[in-house]
Amino acid sequence: MVEHYKSNPQGSASNSTSGPHQTLFFKAQSSHALLDNTLQEALKKAKGGFIEKRSKAIADVENFESYKQQAQLVKNHTLDHLAYYLTQFEDNLIKNGGQVHWASTPEQLNNIILHICERRDAKSVIKGKSMISEEANLNAALEAAGIDVTETDLGEYIIQLAKEPPSHIIVPAIHKTRQQVEALFRNAHDLGDRELDTIAALVDEARLQLRQKFLNADIGITGANMLIADTGSAMLVTNEGNGDLTATLPKAHIVTASIEKVVPDLESASAILRVLARSATGQPITSYTSLLSGPRGIEDLDGPEEFHVILLDNQRSQMLGTPFEEMLKCIKCGACLNHCPIYSAVGGHAYGWVYPGPMGSVLTPLMTGLKQSSDLPNASTFCGRCEEVCPMGIPLPELLRQLRNKEHEEHLTPRKTRISLQSFMWTIQHPKIFYWLTQITRKVLTNTTLSQFFAKYIFTSWYNSKELPKNNSKGTFMEQYKKSSKQKKT
Amino acid sequence: MTLTSSTPPTAPPKVALFVTCLVNQFRPTAGFAAISLLERAGCDVIVPKTQTCCGQPGYNNGLRNAARETAKSTIKLLEPYDYVVLPSGSCTGMMSKHYPTLLSDDIAWKKRADSLSNKTWELCQFLVECLDAKLSSHSHLEGKTISYQDSCSCKRELKNTTAPRQLIKQLCVGSSLAELNDPESCCGFGGTFSVKYPDISERLVSDKTQDIKSTGADIVVSADLGCLVNIAGYTARTEIPPIEVRHIAEILANNFDAPSMTSCTQNNSGTKW
Repeated sequence: MVEHYKSNPQGSASNSTSGPHQTLFFKAQSSHALLDNTLQEALKKAKGGFIEKRSKAIADVENFESYKQQAQLVKNHTLDHLAYYLTQFEDNLIKNGGQVHWASTPEQLNNIILHICERRDAKSVIKGKSMISEEANLNAALEAAGIDVTETDLGEYIIQLAKEPPSHIIVPAIHKTRQQVEALFRNAHDLGDRELDTIAALVDEARLQLRQKFLNADIGITGANMLIADTGSAMLVTNEGNGDLTATLPKAHIVTASIEKVVPDLESASAILRVLARSATGQPITSYTSLLSGPRGIEDLDGPEEFHVILLDNQRSQMLGTPFEEMLKCIKCGACLNHCPIYSAVGGHAYGWVYPGPMGSVLTPLMTGLKQSSDLPNASTFCGRCEEVCPMGIPLPELLRQLRNKEHEEHLTPRKTRISLQSFMWTIQHPKIFYWLTQITRKVLTNTTLSQFFAKYIFTSWYNSKELPKNNSKGTFMEQYKKSSKQKKT
Repeated sequence: MTLTSSTPPTAPPKVALFVTCLVNQFRPTAGFAAISLLERAGCDVIVPKTQTCCGQPGYNNGLRNAARETAKSTIKLLEPYDYVVLPSGSCTGMMSKHYPTLLSDDIAWKKRADSLSNKTWELCQFLVECLDAKLSSHSHLEGKTISYQDSCSCKRELKNTTAPRQLIKQLCVGSSLAELNDPESCCGFGGTFSVKYPDISERLVSDKTQDIKSTGADIVVSADLGCLVNIAGYTARTEIPPIEVRHIAEILANNFDAPSMTSCTQNNSGTKW
């Protein structure tokens, strides 16, 4: 698996689809993932943990449904007035002494950051977790410019060493076993006589390595969970404390955020916080909730001298006013991943881009093009669990269905599938032909020779692992029913 | 208006049974069991003869226009009846939840879709929640452990989890109901998903089979033939002996005419291919 995901050393992005893309190959990658024993071991360990924690966390509050409704009201209202709140955020952040940059593509976002680095003559950058920078494949762009980049979230640090992208939006290294992490550290660190035989030892080792990086860094880059319009603040939600160090120690702090992260005020932000951590990790609130509102003031003892927020669009404004606007309500809690049977079986890398699971299967085609990711909308049994656990009530199965409609309209589905489905749908509009065909089918399936042919050449993918139940009774239901109702009449 | 009193108040409801294409093809017994349950519950059961499929395969695979045409002809077909009952959660969901969505931009058809939606029921839910039917019990499964597999559509689309369990407890005297450790997970059928992603489907049904086995159940039932074809198809290949798999209507109606769905898969010559 790993070799598919080595970051692109050129770091160049010719269009919005920057980053390592393997979304075309979901089918092959998912089959591969099912056979990867180490990955399966890691996924098995992770499965269930988040589900239980979330379910306990929402049972602990009196009315989680009303929390959800309030959070959804906030998002609906904000999306209806997105331009207004983004402008308000910009005005207030400028008043606070910060700088706002607008990037319509990931490439523009990278260029803005490279420009800031160049101006400040930055040699070393530390990062807190930012999915937006993953969208832009920022690390590769920085490395190509000769800048030393270090991820400081433990999970992100691990996968940076492994040269892999995150496999989960909140637990990026969930696909790694403890033994794999130990091997990565042994390979990358000068260990001396330090032990790495427990999880605590691994955490200590990462802390030791990262401490110096924090102190030496010229620029810190973080993401943001929300942008507060009326205070001009970026809100960052973390559990490790690395976010605050990244934001406050270096002389410049850059926040990368997408445009739908804005909310009107702190009250609205609280409505979202109430559902965010409960849905994500099952915590009532994360260990750190930081508000970053600009550079250090004259009286302040610490904080960055420069504070930038880069607002990325990357196709999001195109979703407004379409059924896919619903997707902009996503608060990236990861609940849909944790509860998805497909994600749990194959992990995040099979999805081939930054966002995996049900939310990824909707977002990836919208951001990178449906043609490049046509497998993804089909990677769902429509079991509906994602929609059930989504705190923002996003109708994920319906959005996947809409993408399937597009695939059909744009002739992106395989020819054989199209013809089979079209024939089936034509047949069911012609009952006489339909019933004649069902009778033939029953005869084929109950005939040893013909059914072998059917299994071998027509319905192969089913027969690879399953039998097809045979109807050995006297006919199809309709044949038998018609006969018996005739008998009744006579 | 007083003429309506000429209709006796006890006139049995006219119930159209929509058999579903899977039951028609693979499990006629489930259809006959459903008729028997509905008749015992006092319904006048009619099987409209030109019914075919609810259109779900097209609807879920991008053929929206074809699905709209199917929805319209199915609505027309089922309009004359008091109720429409299906031995399937997913086909019920298609008619009651998705037809109105599909036709939402056509006021006249939307109205007709809504009225079909209001009278359409999954079999177990209809017997318990709509009719509150008093049905005769049987002791054919005395001492047996039954595992009920919630289909995702019954569970999430129809919020239908208590009716089937209640019916099993009431009608299958002396049997016990064993719950799965993980009743929330999908069995991996997902209609065309099972052929588009056979490897993932196999993994999910393998997990489901392990879970069913761990309950020690003698027999597994569900209200959806899709899940059953998937579970039976997989266990017939992998488990010796495979667990007994049936549609819930069969065990409720005490209709054991057909062998388990897993034994149906055995080739006459006993060869495997």
